[in-house]
Amino acid sequence: MKTLTHLERLEAESIHIIREVVAEVEKPVMLYSVGKDSAVMLHLARKAFYPSPPPFPLLHVDTTWKFQEMYKLRDRMAKESGMELLVYHNPEAQEKGINPFDHGPLHTDMWKTEGLKQALDKWGFDAAFGGARRDEEKSRAKERIFSFRTASHGWDPKNQRPELWNIYNAKKNKGESIRIFPISNWTELDVWQYIHLNDIPIVPLYFAAKRPTVERDGLLLMVDDERFPLEPGEKPVERSVRFRTLGCYPLTGAVESKAKTLPEVIQETLLTTTSERQGRAIDKDAGGAGMEKKKQEGYF
Amino acid sequence: MTETTTSDEPRYVVDDLIAEDIDAYLEQHQHKTMLRFITCGSVDDGKSTLIGRLLYDSKMIFEDQLDALHADSKKVGTQGQEIDFALLVDGLAAEREQGITIDVAYRFFSTEKRKFIVADCPGHEQYTRNMVTGASTADMAVILIDARKGVLTQTRRHSYLAHLLGIRNIVLAINKMDLVDYDQPKFEHIVADYRAFANEIGIEDFLAIPLSGLKGDNITTRSDSTPWYDGPTLVEHLETVEVDSSLDQAKPFRMPVQWVNRPNLDFRGFSGQVATGTIQPGDAVRVLPSGKTSTVSRIVTLDGDLDEAVAGESVTLCFADEIDCSRGDVIALADNPPQSADQFESTIVWMNDEPLHVGRAYWLKVGAQMVSVTIHEPKYIVNINTMEHLAAKTLELNEIGVAEIVTDKQIVFEPYGDNRVLGGFILIDKMTNATVAAGMLHFSLRRAQNVHWQAVDIGRKQHASLKNQQPAVLWFTGLSGSGKSTIANLVEKKLHRMNRHTFLLDGDNVRHGLNKDLGFTEADRIENIRRVGEVSKLMTDAGLIVITAFISPFRAERDMVRAMLPEGEFYEVFIDTPLAVAEERDVKGLYKKARSGELKNFTGIDSPYETPASPEIRIDTTKMSPEEAATLVVDTLLGDI
Repeated sequence: MKTLTHLERLEAESIHIIREVVAEVEKPVMLYSVGKDSAVMLHLARKAFYPSPPPFPLLHVDTTWKFQEMYKLRDRMAKESGMELLVYHNPEAQEKGINPFDHGPLHTDMWKTEGLKQALDKWGFDAAFGGARRDEEKSRAKERIFSFRTASHGWDPKNQRPELWNIYNAKKNKGESIRIFPISNWTELDVWQYIHLNDIPIVPLYFAAKRPTVERDGLLLMVDDERFPLEPGEKPVERSVRFRTLGCYPLTGAVESKAKTLPEVIQETLLTTTSERQGRAIDKDAGGAGMEKKKQEGYF
Repeated sequence: MTETTTSDEPRYVVDDLIAEDIDAYLEQHQHKTMLRFITCGSVDDGKSTLIGRLLYDSKMIFEDQLDALHADSKKVGTQGQEIDFALLVDGLAAEREQGITIDVAYRFFSTEKRKFIVADCPGHEQYTRNMVTGASTADMAVILIDARKGVLTQTRRHSYLAHLLGIRNIVLAINKMDLVDYDQPKFEHIVADYRAFANEIGIEDFLAIPLSGLKGDNITTRSDSTPWYDGPTLVEHLETVEVDSSLDQAKPFRMPVQWVNRPNLDFRGFSGQVATGTIQPGDAVRVLPSGKTSTVSRIVTLDGDLDEAVAGESVTLCFADEIDCSRGDVIALADNPPQSADQFESTIVWMNDEPLHVGRAYWLKVGAQMVSVTIHEPKYIVNINTMEHLAAKTLELNEIGVAEIVTDKQIVFEPYGDNRVLGGFILIDKMTNATVAAGMLHFSLRRAQNVHWQAVDIGRKQHASLKNQQPAVLWFTGLSGSGKSTIANLVEKKLHRMNRHTFLLDGDNVRHGLNKDLGFTEADRIENIRRVGEVSKLMTDAGLIVITAFISPFRAERDMVRAMLPEGEFYEVFIDTPLAVAEERDVKGLYKKARSGELKNFTGIDSPYETPASPEIRIDTTKMSPEEAATLVVDTLLGDI
């Protein structure tokens, strides 16, 4: 008798979900954001289809404002997995030069929310894997693993299909698409632990290093390239920092840290007293209901 | 009693090991097992408070969330200046405003020994569907009782559902003991009450714990207030209770095939999640339903081949022989395979606003098998408050009934009690694609196996060739008074003159004989069309060209008839006449009666007509005469003959 550990059960569940999607939908894609959750999801997809490469492409809805190290790892992982990498930039955002410094919430709306909708429509994907977890945020705790979106990509939390056992209903109506969250039931600690056990490559930004930073509105921001507009008298300061979550560099706060190894990072995560998403400005836009509102509008 | 710990001393404040030796901590965490459970209780039983407490005590709440919680507690909380743990759990904005939980929510916490996933299920009656959903993946059910109120109707309902879904581990959490002064007789009385009921419905065992979610009694630490209780605390019990998945390993091997992995000509693997049992290279297996046998040559994973795979694991198996095996098949132990059948007795939980249509075809998904299924009239439905069996014609939202079901081909199955994976199914509406029901297969009905097709020497091909024609069904559909019968009659006359062997089945005429027992309710209309479909099929077997003229308002039934016939033999002829025009004509005076309310369920007036999405032939009667229409139909048909 072999007792499965919680990670083994979670892994088996996620692989089952990924295979089910590929068997039942026409054109799936995996949203790849280069973060640690994406890293785990990609690894699970590779496990699900080994020795074949996963039979779908990776899609990165880019904002052009990610950290340089993220772009590097993204290209490397696409190569290693043998998967096609699609990168999408919202042409309108590009043309208008939308950026996080001048445009506030519009930056996320146009590059990410609109960009994602455009990318899915452009290639005609009817199902997209995402690395969201139910423990991240309250509205996600109630979202199904197979989450349906209307033709305009909206989410209706009151009208979700019941999900029973490990049976998933992937049949969709005309114009509908599905978001699938294979790691819904993982917690942040599970993700870290799994990366540790499987030696999964992650962006070095998760580990502490001396980095040029400035402090703004209570967030420690990293000056990742020359596009960072410094205010008069403002000078980047070298600090030993790392990131708990990765997004656009001007929107992602660093934490001061000395954690250089994965166990040290996990240790710090467990000892810390603030939740993961606090470093991100996005959840705070509309008070407690921020993410729920965003999702109804089509944010992943 | 030497218990001196108090609930002020939270047990799960940061593990010292994290700070002292993170590697040791990770090692420990790595070996944790997982338990999934549901909590069920009525609105005021303190369920959210209990879950909030479990998260809080296991340090799953961070400082920023805690700050938000403190602020929210003061703003909308129900506990005065104290922390309202319920706010941690009540997720969506809408329900926070209404102060109720409206759907299944999943929460996570862990202790030194286990990781837990809690499905938080609401207690309202109309949400049976949510509780069944939450229970379907649970190893355990925690049923809350308010100590002041004792066993209520809701308690029975929750227990029945948990038992129905096959949950063996049941905890009776008798909550709010602080409000009854931790009174032992009160506790014992509730336990005795519950035991009587539990025995009645077949629950063999349960554990009752006196606790207070608000004060923290017997949650993580023994309470000083209940010295008379010597059982485990809730968390101790959660940590040690046996998980179902280990029991599944003792059963015979079964794995539904999800995906055939074929990267190149040298590799063919069959991927799936092991439902029950264990498998090793060299084991003899049988593929069902074909019954072909082989042996397992390899168990392939990205981390290298395995010596053994067990229930719950997702793996890829390779066989020693090249045998047919595809998605939906089940790989099983060669000398102990499951059965196949196409008729079953099942329990069905209806989960959709639109009630069950007896006789209509739905999709049924069990494991990786997807088949078409029709449901008979329920034998009975269960009143989940009293457990009484009641007669019923259909199943409505949140109703649970026992009914026979018939699939269009054999499926590999096991009774739900033996195997959740091969016995649990969902039903999908073919038109809306919604998941409308969940069900459990109990046993196969022998009837199917005893009625065999009689092999005949003169088949449909011989019948048709003697008549020198291709059989077909011209299925006229459209509103009453649209001109179906008129045009169908002209079409038959034309074909007859051309020496074709035809037969016209007219709606009104059939209702005088074959279908005179049927009325005009939705269920009867479905049955009407099913019978006409079967008769048409027999007539095409006899080589005839069948012309039918029925309103046949529902897309699902037209598609059902289409599916009965060989591809290319079904012609949907849509007589497209706007309602206003048909009503204006009102040949039989029926619209007038319907408008006055004298006639009920009249298509177009108080019963819907679902327009064909892509008919083979569409006739716009506002643009052509019946004669022209008939010519168009005949030309289209003969163009194909």
